[in-house]
Amino acid sequence: MTQILSFNKLQNFSKVTLLSVLFLNFCHISFSFCLLQTNAIKTSKYNFFTFLPLNLFEQFQRIANAYFLFLLVLQVIPQISSLSWFTTVVPLILVLTVTAAKDATDDIVSTFENVFCFFKADLLLLSSSEPLNLVYIETAELDGFVYFSSFSTSNHILLFSLPLYAAVRCEPPNNRLDRFTGVLSFAGQKYSLDNEKILLRGCTLRNTEWCFGLVLFGGPETKLMQNCGKSTFKRTSIDRLMNILVLFIFGFLAFMCSVLAIGNYIWERNEGSQFTVFLPRLEDDPAFSSFLTFWSYVIILNTVVPISLYVSVEIIRLGNSFYIDWDRKMYYARNDTPAEARTTTLNEELGQIKYVFSDKTGTLTQNIMIFNKCTINGKCYGKNVYDYTGQRLEMNEVIDFSFNPLADSRFVFHDHSLVEAVKLENTEVHAFFRLLALCHTVMAEEKKEGELFYQAQSPDEGALVTAARNFGFVFRSRTPDSISIVEMGKQCNYELLAILDFNNVRKRMSVIVRSPEGKLSLYCKGADTIIYERLHQSCSKLMDVTTEHLNEFAGDGLRTLALAYKDLDEEYFNQWIQRHHEANTALEDREGKLDQLYEEIEKDLLLLGATAIEDKLQDGVPQTIEQLSKADIKIWVLTGDKQETAENIGYSCNLLREEMNDVFIISGNSLEDVQQELRNARTSMKPDAAENSEFLPEMDKGVKVVTDEVVNGEYGLVINGHTHLFLTPSVPQAYALEHSLELEFLRTACMCKAVICCRVTPLQKAQVVELVKKYKKAVTLAIGDGANDVSMIKGTAHIGVGISGQEGMQAVLSSDYSFAQFRFLQRLLLVHGRWSYLRMCKFLRYFFYKNFTFTFVHFWFAFFCGFSAQTVYDEWFITLYNLMYTALPVLGMSLFDQDVNDVWSFQHPQLYVPGQLNLYFSKKSFFKCALHSCYSSLVLFFIPYAAMYDTVRDDGKDIADYQSFALLTQTCLLFAVSIQLGFEMSYWTAVNTFFVLGSLAMYFAVTFTMYSNGMFTILPSAFPFIGTARNSLNQPNVWLTIFLTSILCVLPVITNRFLMIQLCPTINDKVMFKVRQAKATPAPPTRRARIRRTSSRRSGYAFSHAQGYGDLVTSGRFLRRPALTRSSGFTHAGRTTTSFSPMGRSAGYSPTGRPQNNKVPDVEVTSLQMYRTITDSAP
Amino acid sequence: MVKQESESANRPDNTAFTQQRLPAWQPILSAGIVIPGFVLIGLAFIGIGVALLVTSRSIQVLELDYTGDSNGSPCSSCSQSDIANCKCSLNFTLTTLFQGPVFFYYGLSNYFQNYRRYGASKDDNQLYGDLSSFTSPSSSCSPYNYDSSKKPIVPCGSIANSMFNDTFTLTRTVSGTTNNVTLDGKGIAWWTDYNIKYRNPSVTPLKNAFNGTVKPINWAKPAYELDASDRSNNGFVNQDFLVWMRRAALPNFRKLYRRIDASGDYQKGLPAGNYTIDITYNYPVRAFNGAKKIVFSNVSWMGGSNEFLGIAYLVIGSLCVVMSVVMLIVYAKFKFPDEE
Repeated sequence: MTQILSFNKLQNFSKVTLLSVLFLNFCHISFSFCLLQTNAIKTSKYNFFTFLPLNLFEQFQRIANAYFLFLLVLQVIPQISSLSWFTTVVPLILVLTVTAAKDATDDIVSTFENVFCFFKADLLLLSSSEPLNLVYIETAELDGFVYFSSFSTSNHILLFSLPLYAAVRCEPPNNRLDRFTGVLSFAGQKYSLDNEKILLRGCTLRNTEWCFGLVLFGGPETKLMQNCGKSTFKRTSIDRLMNILVLFIFGFLAFMCSVLAIGNYIWERNEGSQFTVFLPRLEDDPAFSSFLTFWSYVIILNTVVPISLYVSVEIIRLGNSFYIDWDRKMYYARNDTPAEARTTTLNEELGQIKYVFSDKTGTLTQNIMIFNKCTINGKCYGKNVYDYTGQRLEMNEVIDFSFNPLADSRFVFHDHSLVEAVKLENTEVHAFFRLLALCHTVMAEEKKEGELFYQAQSPDEGALVTAARNFGFVFRSRTPDSISIVEMGKQCNYELLAILDFNNVRKRMSVIVRSPEGKLSLYCKGADTIIYERLHQSCSKLMDVTTEHLNEFAGDGLRTLALAYKDLDEEYFNQWIQRHHEANTALEDREGKLDQLYEEIEKDLLLLGATAIEDKLQDGVPQTIEQLSKADIKIWVLTGDKQETAENIGYSCNLLREEMNDVFIISGNSLEDVQQELRNARTSMKPDAAENSEFLPEMDKGVKVVTDEVVNGEYGLVINGHTHLFLTPSVPQAYALEHSLELEFLRTACMCKAVICCRVTPLQKAQVVELVKKYKKAVTLAIGDGANDVSMIKGTAHIGVGISGQEGMQAVLSSDYSFAQFRFLQRLLLVHGRWSYLRMCKFLRYFFYKNFTFTFVHFWFAFFCGFSAQTVYDEWFITLYNLMYTALPVLGMSLFDQDVNDVWSFQHPQLYVPGQLNLYFSKKSFFKCALHSCYSSLVLFFIPYAAMYDTVRDDGKDIADYQSFALLTQTCLLFAVSIQLGFEMSYWTAVNTFFVLGSLAMYFAVTFTMYSNGMFTILPSAFPFIGTARNSLNQPNVWLTIFLTSILCVLPVITNRFLMIQLCPTINDKVMFKVRQAKATPAPPTRRARIRRTSSRRSGYAFSHAQGYGDLVTSGRFLRRPALTRSSGFTHAGRTTTSFSPMGRSAGYSPTGRPQNNKVPDVEVTSLQMYRTITDSAP
Repeated sequence: MVKQESESANRPDNTAFTQQRLPAWQPILSAGIVIPGFVLIGLAFIGIGVALLVTSRSIQVLELDYTGDSNGSPCSSCSQSDIANCKCSLNFTLTTLFQGPVFFYYGLSNYFQNYRRYGASKDDNQLYGDLSSFTSPSSSCSPYNYDSSKKPIVPCGSIANSMFNDTFTLTRTVSGTTNNVTLDGKGIAWWTDYNIKYRNPSVTPLKNAFNGTVKPINWAKPAYELDASDRSNNGFVNQDFLVWMRRAALPNFRKLYRRIDASGDYQKGLPAGNYTIDITYNYPVRAFNGAKKIVFSNVSWMGGSNEFLGIAYLVIGSLCVVMSVVMLIVYAKFKFPDEE
């Protein structure tokens, strides 16, 4: 879609040196590739031949695999080998194969991705279709803000019809978006290159047919990618806990082995030395023997650190990620976007989120502005959007705009009386819409007759101009000194005399135009409070009525804007414009002088009315926020918006509520002010805590942790971005960052239910997240849709979620999870996250249990076999236990288990809380597992021991032999752990049943096969257990023993669990009980939260945050050819031209051209942007 | 940027599996299940326990230690000397009929047949009759794979070398006359051991197969001459050898020596009377504080005598019943979950 054509990627071969040298070899405009230097780029890690050795080498660098390799080495030492080599080799090979397969797939995928990415590059602009080689680009992806800027290429290298040899020397890849230095050497001359000549990856061409560029940086070297923050390898808290536990397990393994080695030493001294008649000793020294025994037991007991653990964890995470991908309830049909788990290693962390950091625009809101209501001359037009429950009303009565051939068919309005008023030529109504058609900085493009396309700096403006267009005042085109509009079908040209631009202080903009009739008028729109101050006294009555309407609009959560006008006296204006010109050219205090002039002329205005624009929230946002806060998840909104806008959205999405005890606004301008405001806020929340102003965070293992403080009542906090300056260290401010202030802020913010940070830069977003991460030890999630959210999504938050299909793909590409709508977040967390966490914890608990039990039996047996490292079980059993007999049942549990279904999960968001508190798997529960295993292993060893002691078969033959005992114990073990699994599982699907019973059946099938005559005759030494199964499993006392151990292993578990449920039931128990009760009765009615949207607040901004671009509109640089002639003029290029599809079809206006009711068009259209140095993105 | 043609090409499949709606059984530990369950299990266990205990008690066991530790015991002289084939005898009296079929075991204690290196010290291929393993026994047999003159030992390894070599004869004295009680040594090993796991090389005479090999160091006779009376009971399929090679799981164990031949007077078992066991005492156990004993036992449907299982079932059954009462009390008192 972009016309940026890179036809020569040049090898950048000197990253080390300061300057990179790029050789270029320009070709003709055709698309042939000419390679001078080698431009080959290697994006894959392996090739066919290197894969095996490289991959193996890499895999053995992982500590777990290296450990097993070490075990294998131990096993081939005959003196130590207590187990056959295959017991380790078979699992190891399996694990290596699975991992290698995964690595291979990843490599293939990333190779394709890289190849795809590679052509997204930073370019040096060479030429374009526009005069002076201008290009117009939109930079939304780069900075998250919408900029409007111009750009021209280096004038020296415009045409090149001949092959040309030149070299570019430039800076090495870096992340500075706002500067570039380089030199182009060409034909013996050197031209300096600066930022103005570079097209960065992430820009989109607008209104430019084509351009040529030279690739400077490609792929990961582009400034955009460099700016995305370091891709940190994210690990879940379970991962970190597991690492600690594995270390602990290693310690414990060493401890057990030492105990047994000491045991061996004593045994060898006391017993072994005398037993030599039958068992000659290889070494006389008991100490050496105990040393060997230590290693022998390391081999035998290594199952406490099972190699299959890591593989299983990966499989479970992968499975649970697929569930997210597959979830139809997270699929957004409008733009055909399913949810996507882009990272498959973080699932269980989704069940532990404590803080959600959300972007506003495009995340909470759709970034679609809808002209919803207006009041003109004291009469209110437009119907209510919401009923009293906060539900959107379905409105069928839609105005037919067919009378107006230039109308935007997607604009929807619901009040006929306004059209009537327009048709009746009501003067005020006409003036109202004329103002809307004239007073703005929107650009129009008309490719085909009647197909207008507006490019606006702010979506509000676009919405207003579109409204005017539909009501018969069509803004058609503009030149620097004129605006042409079609007024009720009549073409009118207004002479544009001055634009009194918007800025943050003025909060209004005006235009001074001369009508075709020659009348001079000033049209002004702005925040109601500002306009009201400048109205003529005659309007006072109208003001009262309008104020009433404005309050009503604000109550509906609409953004309001007051409109006023004034006719100017020719003489006065001439004098004014003269002074204006002087001020404009003044060298000193130009801004101040201009402001003064503007102030002077914008007075005694006549009120026309006010507009009300709906900043459309995404569907279900208030409900989602309510649900999440019920789940004790704290939501912080971090937005670049103004305080008023952010606050307003906070109210409309139910984050801030009228019934909150207080909403604190922190907007101090100095360090002291901010500190004071924060303290005051805290004092009013918690009067008794105020004294300790020098608050010190608790030290927890050297890391400071700010503990949660409980406050009575609900509070909200709105903090202005510029106050963040005092919080964030890297900002070059006069105020040095005070550490205490950072904590002060965090402490206050954490006491509040809702926190909104407005006017924050992308960097600050990341810093706020980092702050919480650092001091709260809580799991954080960042959600956003734009490139300005990338820093927090990718770098800082534990989990990054991207909203797909919105402001470009940058956020999605750096996210861990992506979906199309904010409301899916509740499903991601409350259903998928919770289940994943539950499953992972259950898995880990059970996995440790089954392996510890398995291993501890060896420990007990050691005391009866002279600490000789004799295994209890058959070696085949040891090999297959984790791989075959117990793998599938526990995987089945970890993939299917759910305590309650999704409906109930939503019904009881409190079910989410245990995850935040790490209740399901912690060090404590790990030790409980170990103790439980200890008990089970005692049962599993001593019951068979006692039951087989001195006993014989029913035909008098041997049954207390080692092989029968091994078979008995392993069968007991398998039954015990399978039954235990049954009690862990709360959701028995047919698959689970199949896995559990199948594994048991598999055990018997494999056992009988391994112990069969046939296997033995093939390889006598590998299958020495021949006949054991047949000879012992037909004995009743064997089965009675199995039965006894199985029951005895689970009885205490059941008793304990039952008593716990009775005595101190958890939230899960309660809900599960409720579910059970409700099973008889029909499903619970799905409660729809009643969201009240009453608010007396209002905000009035139909402007963007940045300085308006009135400047540009009037400047001579703004060169436009007549729109209609353009498209034909460049068809010779032979390529698809940038086709701007018309704007959204409903009553909406989106700055990025996002359609509201249908899928994304082929072209992502957006406002007219020209390129400019980005300096405003950071304060 | 290329759009999918189909409106909802990416819509996930609506299956019970992908939507995690698989039908499932969701049991919870409610009082209605747990308490009756415990009562039932408890009662069942008590029932099984009683049956086991009664059965176990009905089994007759007679144990006679003949280690000869104490000076007064019959075999003390043999135990203290190193004379081969030292003879001693034990007398015992049965007052009632020892119900048949009666099994004659020898028992060893503090004997670590389950020691890892001991257990590994054999060559399965050799014992399977593989002649190549005769000439070069597996190194696992070390140090009993070659003798001092580097000749291969067959059967090699510690287990074979340490084969139990005491022999017993049982006589009964009826009114002054001493009758031999016929002991049946056929089929005392596992069928699979005798028929599959252990095989003599198919060389006749068997002796030739052992050419170039030597007998285990502790053995008095080579493997092919273990049983002079029965030619088929020689080599690796000798029943006593097979019984010995099935190594015990625990340091105290008993192994089947013979069955009392149920013929003539002994059809119903061992009648009451005075018996003498003549022991050829060879096997040294005192060095490692081991003990040797002779055990006569009959069996029931549940095998040999073992009171543990019966008692364990009884105890756990009773515990279950007690726990169910406790649970009932707790449940009645707290009655979770109250509607809240």
